[in-house]
Amino acid sequence: MADAVKNQDYVDPRPPVVGPGLDFRSITQKIADIVLMRGFKKGWVFGFAIVFLGSIMLFNTIAYLVLKGVGIWGNNIPVGWAFDIINFVWWIGIGHAGTLISAILLLLRQSWRNSINRFAEAMTLFAVACAGMFPALHTGRPWVDYWLFPIPNTMQMWPNFRSPLMWDVFAVTTYFTVSLLFWFMGLIPDFASLRDTAKKKWQKILFGILAMGWRGDAKHWHRYETAYLLLAGLSTPLVLSVHSVVSFDFATGIVPGWHTTIFPPYFVAGAIYAGFAMVLTLAIPVRKYYHLEDFITLRHIRNCCKVMLATGLIVAYGYLMEQFFSWYSSSTYEMFMMKNRMFGPYGYMYWILILCNILIPQLLWWKKMRDNLAVIFIICMFINVGMWLERFVIIVMSLNRDFTPSAWYMYRPTIFDFTMFFGTVGFFLTCMFLFIRFVPMIPIFEMKTLLPEAQVDEKKVEDLENGKAPVGATPLPQFGD
Amino acid sequence: MPQLFHRSTNTLARLSIVIGVLLAGLVLGLLLEANRTPFVTRAYVAREQPVQFSHKHHVGDDGIDCRYCHTTVETTATAGMPPTKTCMNCHSQLFANSPYLEIVRDSWRLDRPIKWTRVHDLPDFVYFNHSIHVNKGVGCSTCHGRVDLMPLMWNVASLQMEWCLECHRNPENFIRPKSKITEMVWPPKEPDPKEFPNGWNQAVDGPRLVREYKIQPKDVMISCSTCHR
Repeated sequence: MADAVKNQDYVDPRPPVVGPGLDFRSITQKIADIVLMRGFKKGWVFGFAIVFLGSIMLFNTIAYLVLKGVGIWGNNIPVGWAFDIINFVWWIGIGHAGTLISAILLLLRQSWRNSINRFAEAMTLFAVACAGMFPALHTGRPWVDYWLFPIPNTMQMWPNFRSPLMWDVFAVTTYFTVSLLFWFMGLIPDFASLRDTAKKKWQKILFGILAMGWRGDAKHWHRYETAYLLLAGLSTPLVLSVHSVVSFDFATGIVPGWHTTIFPPYFVAGAIYAGFAMVLTLAIPVRKYYHLEDFITLRHIRNCCKVMLATGLIVAYGYLMEQFFSWYSSSTYEMFMMKNRMFGPYGYMYWILILCNILIPQLLWWKKMRDNLAVIFIICMFINVGMWLERFVIIVMSLNRDFTPSAWYMYRPTIFDFTMFFGTVGFFLTCMFLFIRFVPMIPIFEMKTLLPEAQVDEKKVEDLENGKAPVGATPLPQFGD
Repeated sequence: MPQLFHRSTNTLARLSIVIGVLLAGLVLGLLLEANRTPFVTRAYVAREQPVQFSHKHHVGDDGIDCRYCHTTVETTATAGMPPTKTCMNCHSQLFANSPYLEIVRDSWRLDRPIKWTRVHDLPDFVYFNHSIHVNKGVGCSTCHGRVDLMPLMWNVASLQMEWCLECHRNPENFIRPKSKITEMVWPPKEPDPKEFPNGWNQAVDGPRLVREYKIQPKDVMISCSTCHR
């Protein structure tokens, strides 16, 4: 293998991760122009107007919710958790792809992560922000939400450290903080590029503050690389732990359909599955609109598809194991739960879920499908819907028919459940629109390291170290020249 | 190109980290402490009442026992607000024509209760019971303060959970003999040598009474469902 790399004739059979014909200058220009351009593109304004309306819908719903209380939702007894927790888990799950791409793929030295990581990290941040709204508001009294944190207070009361709901608070806040730091750290060199490219004084000052005095010094780079690696190391366990803790909210309960040991891995796989689907849902249109085909190449999209295929199969295994467990447990309640799930009043949801999450994504086995952006986009939409349905199936369908038939009750969402959910989608997209317009969505400096000019030729380095000038090179300047 | 920022910016940026952390800590601390101020708890703030009823006069000057008006304090959850009839026991004779008492007489004539302003208002999710406290040796003045010195009523306690827990964790520090429940001054400056031949020492007599009155162990006293059901 090592010989093959050194061999000049060796050609990587995979398409490159950065398009041809780019150089250091044009990369900066192409990415920075999106941020520094005067005025707005018409399409951007149009799209922004629509998603901003969604945000307004969200804010209005929240205002009404705080005024009237959670009774405006369809939640009831026994279905005490419904859209609020479904949406929370759905959004948190979506965030996971961002961290996986930025942290784990960095540690695994996957060069194809470099163009989509910033984008995916921003998606993580906004998704976690949307997710956080639901538990904060479902308490019904958001003004006493500080009770969730172990703050010394006038009640001399601490949260219950034995409760997974409390671990959840820690997991999600840690996740948000680390993701924010990671995202901002990665942006610093790019803010410096923007500062140096910008023409207007206020832009220079604004980006100058954000760049925190970055001068591209060797010392800066050394510290940056170390800190970035450390943060990646911190984030890596979070990819696995956050959704594991979220799954504990259910798995530690005794409700049939929740009380399963497979939940943590199955939730994590589902989260990455949903996250990559969302990355592609966003990346495919943005790539086309801003002509970023050279940065987000087909190879990136294909790789995302492969990750989806793999995690999708883990999720399918999870569904299968749930069936097996309920049969193997020989517990009346577990078996009834599974029967209710498949053939009960909400049974159709389960079959749509199987269709969206398991059957349709199998198309990705074909290379032709992995190259067809329209097909991929549609499959991703199916996965987005499927992953939402998965949480509906787990949460609502386990609660609405548990041990005692006299306690059974059907769940029906109200209009406010929907305005809240689609409102967060609008809010999420509003944030994405602002991010795309005002922050470099592709890491400029990381793209540059992918250029052929930036690659280190080991032979040349060796020659230089031995004092031999490379063939055809101008001799290095010496002191006193 | 001139420098964008003056060289002092470096120092300012570094300082801002320290200042930011200190400021955040300060703001959080102030917010938490603000919850304990009378601005929130309304402790020591006298409330206006429809009738200028003075506990100072009735308790302090006249020496009427608390239970003469708050009749149910030993048997039920609420101490009981006296009906107008209780007022009229005396005031049909005393100050019978005083303009201050016009509202009381109106209430009596029209058979309509006086709308007193509640001073000690616990949240609805607390199931507070007066009788258990009074019957286990928690005196009136322990929570309500020197009522005999209040012209208009105010609360001396914050009524916050930390205040409840202070006693629920260590009842021996506050408990007194049941015979002295309505005593306004407790512990007594000079205990009656007939009643207390050894004097009154909270550190010794407190734990003794806790045993004698069979007050529940601490884990029961501070369990959530003791007060929140």
